[in-house]
Amino acid sequence: MTSWRVRWPGRAGHAFVAAYVVLLIAFGVIPTAYAVYFAFTDAGNRFVGLANFTAAASDFRFVAAVEHVALYLVFWLAALVVFVVGLALLLHRVTARPVSRSLRFLYYIPGALAGAASVMVWLFMLDPAVSPASFLLRAFGFDTFGQVVAPGHLPVLFTLIAFWTGAGGWIVVMYGALNNISPDLIEAARIDGAGAWQTARRIQIPLLRKWIVYMVILAFAGGTQLFVEPQLLTLASVGVAGRDYSLNQLSYDFAFQHNNVNTAAAVSVELLVVGLVAAGVFVARSGFFDAD
Amino acid sequence: MTPKLGGGRTALLAGGAVLVLGVVAACGSGGGTTNTQNGFQPVPQTGGQITVWVDSTRLAAAQQYQKQNPSVSMNIVSYDGDANGSNYLQTKVGLFNRTREGWPDVVFSSQNNETTWAVDAGFTAPLNKGQIPQSVLDGWATGANDPCTVNGTLHCLRNDLSQTVLWYNAALLKQWNYQVPKTWEEFQTLGEKVAAEHPGYLVGSAGDTFTPEIYLWAGKCGANQITGPKALTVNTTGPNCTRMAALLDKLIKNHTLSLSSVFSSDFGKNLADKILMMPGPAWFGGALFQDTFKVPAGQIAVAPMPQWSGDDKPSVGNVGGGTWLLSAHSKNLKAATDFLTWVTTSDDYQGKVAPGYPAFAKAATTWLSKQNSSGYYLNDIAGPLQAAAGQVWPGWGYGQFSQEAIWAATITPGLNAGKAIVSMLPDWQKAVVNYAKSNGYQVSEQ
Repeated sequence: MTSWRVRWPGRAGHAFVAAYVVLLIAFGVIPTAYAVYFAFTDAGNRFVGLANFTAAASDFRFVAAVEHVALYLVFWLAALVVFVVGLALLLHRVTARPVSRSLRFLYYIPGALAGAASVMVWLFMLDPAVSPASFLLRAFGFDTFGQVVAPGHLPVLFTLIAFWTGAGGWIVVMYGALNNISPDLIEAARIDGAGAWQTARRIQIPLLRKWIVYMVILAFAGGTQLFVEPQLLTLASVGVAGRDYSLNQLSYDFAFQHNNVNTAAAVSVELLVVGLVAAGVFVARSGFFDAD
Repeated sequence: MTPKLGGGRTALLAGGAVLVLGVVAACGSGGGTTNTQNGFQPVPQTGGQITVWVDSTRLAAAQQYQKQNPSVSMNIVSYDGDANGSNYLQTKVGLFNRTREGWPDVVFSSQNNETTWAVDAGFTAPLNKGQIPQSVLDGWATGANDPCTVNGTLHCLRNDLSQTVLWYNAALLKQWNYQVPKTWEEFQTLGEKVAAEHPGYLVGSAGDTFTPEIYLWAGKCGANQITGPKALTVNTTGPNCTRMAALLDKLIKNHTLSLSSVFSSDFGKNLADKILMMPGPAWFGGALFQDTFKVPAGQIAVAPMPQWSGDDKPSVGNVGGGTWLLSAHSKNLKAATDFLTWVTTSDDYQGKVAPGYPAFAKAATTWLSKQNSSGYYLNDIAGPLQAAAGQVWPGWGYGQFSQEAIWAATITPGLNAGKAIVSMLPDWQKAVVNYAKSNGYQVSEQ
């Protein structure tokens, strides 16, 4: 028994991971490989090189969609880093346990709703005729849904929706990471005369760095794949806002409206490459895998 | 942390990234095969259950048929009816073509342009090659099945006509001593009068995706001249377009045309009881005034659509009017065709139950007399509606791309930002050209 354990340490871990690996291969790796195959072939399964990529890039919606997604990413990542870290630090300073506990629960609730359902909630929130916050919308000068969803507002609106639905989980994760920082370190900083601000800046945020990078990598990959928010907004606004907004929507259009799976796959592969490159850059620049 | 765990994290992270990004790939597995459908070859007819897809409004039709024909085994599925350019039907048929199964036998669509993709996708069965007797097909209103005809073969049946007329609140009009406008000039004058004398009241709505179909189609604006299966001529800046756009701009500015969709919560809450007049399709009467706004009986009346003075060829627009499609993959064509024929032609459904003006002429007569005898409308609606049915301007076609979606995305945001339609006509042209080209159309701009 003992010798077996030595021969193959951590076998329980491998068993746990095995189930995940099966799912990963079935729903992650195989579809990805399938998409890559589609991206370089045509409807007759002939190899066409980069033709699908140029076809996608020359579509009149492509450049606009890239701009939309890029702008959204700027808003989304900035909001995520600043507010998630800020709220987690504040939460960590709340010493009353019941308050801290209920706040963590509150932050997490929206994330527990299914993605599409929480977007639906927002569609009501943003319509001055039915929104519980209509006084706020009117205070900003918005009297109709059409004015709220004006094209210039979309990056901010999608960021709001995405933050509300997705940030709570990250706040809880950051809070957990903050708890991992040795109290001795904080104590030492306090004795050296560091206030709350200096402790956060010099001790806590540097120690959170890897978690922040991890969050940014996943949020970046998720953000480039913006789809549900604009797609549901398109339906809710009867096509006024959000149509052909993101690259994923363009891919969806190619696949199902133009019956062109290959060009759709080319867009998907581009998103995959962008996501992987960004992850690579962040990992390399942050020393993500350096031993502590 | 030990390096070993770090390595584990690499795998996990890479795996997570691939999994997340791989979701995109799953979207890429749709599409389907193309098939030109020369000569219809039915699949082996094994009979059995027929699957019928309907929208919520047409659910009553399928249920009524099932009740009258309990021996027919039906699987009735409710879906969004492909409304507002959702492309649900096309998406699903693309997937079914890939898996070679799952097609519904009969489908209702709220769109008139399904044949533009469904014929190429090999989904629709021909209907005038012995499936339905020509004598029955002759019973449709003239031109009603034009959107269903591709190279002389009929690929769908029109459910209802949606010719536009001028709906108005006769009680209010009389109270304020106004005349029903016969020309667009009179319409505009009345709009200006209402703005001055009864601010807050409406002479129409310009906030819907189908706004161009009500006004610019009726005004013979050449924004959507489908000249062949894949050919389009666009000219959104001609005189017919600009003069109607200018009229709309004027009345939008004085707030007698609303910028909210008639189906929006804003309209229902704040504007529904402020309607003096409203140019709109035949289905406005039942679907909008009676069912959505709950306007009491004895107020609403119908007049012919206004025309430009001096124009001796009256023209009206058209907003939708659904179609029924028969699947070429049906294993029970007999039962499917029987249902299709019943649902499009029967007095029991089309004449007595259907909310819209039936495309089948005989059912339309029954429908009109039923509407008139209901006492809901203040005048005889048969005359104006029947006349308008034959006046839909034929210069506006049904392409594969959605004109409604283009208008919504191009013009409506500008309207909400206070821009004039006239100033956006060139943008509209550009958008129509772009979408048409991306759908493989040969586009000519005049």
